[in-house]
Amino acid sequence: MRGANLAALVIFALLAATPWLAEFWGGSYLISLVMKAMILGIAALSLDLLIGHAGMVSFGHAAFVGIGAYTTGIMITEGAPDLSAILPVTIAIATAFALVTGAISLRTSGVYFIMITLAFGQMVFFTMSSLSDYGGDDGLTLWERADAFGTGLFDSDTGLFYTILATLIVVTLLLRRIVGSRFGRVLRAAKQNPTRVESMGYSVFAYRLTAYVIAGIIAALAGVLFANQSEFISPATAAWQRSGDLIIMVVLGGMGLRHGALFGALAIVLLEEGLSTLTHDWRLIFGPMLVLMVLYTKGGIAGLLEPRRDT
Amino acid sequence: MSTTLFLIQLLNGVQLGLLLFLISAGLTLVFGVMGFINLAHGVQYMIGAYLLVAFYSVTGHFMAAMLLAMLAALVIGLLLEVFIFRHLYDRDHLDQVLVTFGIIIFLNQLVKVIWGATPLTLDPPEFLSGSFQLVEGLMYPTYRVAIIVAGLAVALLLWLLVTRTKLGMLVRAGSTNAEMVSALGVNIHRLFMVVFGFGAMLAGFAGALAAPIFSAEPGMGDDLLIVAFVVIIIGGIGSIRGAFIAAILVGLVDTLGRSMVTDILKLFMDASAANQIGPALASMAIYVLMAAVLFFKPTGLFPARASR
Repeated sequence: MRGANLAALVIFALLAATPWLAEFWGGSYLISLVMKAMILGIAALSLDLLIGHAGMVSFGHAAFVGIGAYTTGIMITEGAPDLSAILPVTIAIATAFALVTGAISLRTSGVYFIMITLAFGQMVFFTMSSLSDYGGDDGLTLWERADAFGTGLFDSDTGLFYTILATLIVVTLLLRRIVGSRFGRVLRAAKQNPTRVESMGYSVFAYRLTAYVIAGIIAALAGVLFANQSEFISPATAAWQRSGDLIIMVVLGGMGLRHGALFGALAIVLLEEGLSTLTHDWRLIFGPMLVLMVLYTKGGIAGLLEPRRDT
Repeated sequence: MSTTLFLIQLLNGVQLGLLLFLISAGLTLVFGVMGFINLAHGVQYMIGAYLLVAFYSVTGHFMAAMLLAMLAALVIGLLLEVFIFRHLYDRDHLDQVLVTFGIIIFLNQLVKVIWGATPLTLDPPEFLSGSFQLVEGLMYPTYRVAIIVAGLAVALLLWLLVTRTKLGMLVRAGSTNAEMVSALGVNIHRLFMVVFGFGAMLAGFAGALAAPIFSAEPGMGDDLLIVAFVVIIIGGIGSIRGAFIAAILVGLVDTLGRSMVTDILKLFMDASAANQIGPALASMAIYVLMAAVLFFKPTGLFPARASR
């Protein structure tokens, strides 16, 4: 078995055992930390479909996480707390937003694409800050979690934890299927040479827009989970810094490499946590680590595990 | 809104625009000539502010501190170029993003460790304090006038440098096609170093100019960096002229937007709704401007290259 797959299996096993491990060390703090890392992992995996496979560097991906979180928060506050209502609404809003902003953004490419997606992300951020009925700048505390189809699964941390883990696994498998399919191959071909792919009769625009919508929906679902996990929504969820964090996770993990985004997300969350227990000024260590990582490795963490590219 | 208030906001907008230009000029050249995305450019702005405060406390002389701060900003920029950035010019853009992000994290924290997390304030020098009567009944702080004058002077100098000197010619040629310039026998590495150092110095200068108004604090360059990127994208990457026009445009739209949008909204909706939507719409204005520019001109207003 190849390195990255083996590492991923070990990681999934460790994740599954976390609620049990937490009884000996870390307690509920460890559980919520790992939940956060897994949610970021889901969002980063979806971003990697765009960055790693389609060559579309979106700097506004946190907007989708924010959309999912706010839809959840607002529907819980307004008395429609069941996932059977929240999920369709979230997916509909994320799809609509991705279709409109994606269609406009795809007029540009390269760095201009990065910046126009940033612009749409900022518009979402400031829109959320203006929702004074739902906390405005300060954000909104949720007094209850969503109802998981009437089962009460989210009432316990353990239930929510395994829901997040299951989502992470499903998203991993789904994205793997998408990336390996004809659709994924067209995306990667268009990343290398859009003109040639276009001349073969494919609409590069349609393929890229579809990828943008898929990634947006998955990130919005991560947002739904995030609102439930933190029981708090705030515009900060959609800030450009968060979009930047997601890009950093994808790049550090290894763009377009199997499980790379997940490794990146877990590594960053755990490194931040681990280093901050060592010293208050942990950023003095974390910053140079990023620099050295890029200068002396290629292909991020997944690249270390599997020196050859597997695209 | 009264005419006086409008004029003051107009001047504030121009002043913000000129500060943005000083930051964007280096960013757009580094990006245009070397194809290098330098997120750490905002940190160089912050360092400029801190250096001014530090040198001022040592020398007690504002102008001397300003000169020393610019020199030190230049040296720091050159050191970063030699030890880190030059190894990244032929790497993927996203690798550059990751490295410069790491540098931001490090330097923001380092500044906190050295000078503490609380903002440091600094008074403008004696001869630039007080206010200045521009026209009858319009007082404007002298220091802000000085920023406008200094910004315009640097812009003019930069324009002369870029359009009238051999170095400027190389820089323009480099932002159109760096490989070709190198093939023609120009020492492209030295050109890169000069451009990078100069850009870092301009950003440091902007930070030093801004210190007496905004005070020096950790992370002060981060949000401004994003706005500077907005500027160079609107202006077209690699274009000094584009950066100048876009910087003034963004400065005006942002400043006037914040002071006027809510009032304008009140003309056709009730006051409470306007108060709620206005500030958000004003903060959004520059991003709407950028999205609109990119919609109609996908490579900005004055692209230096025909295609990238």
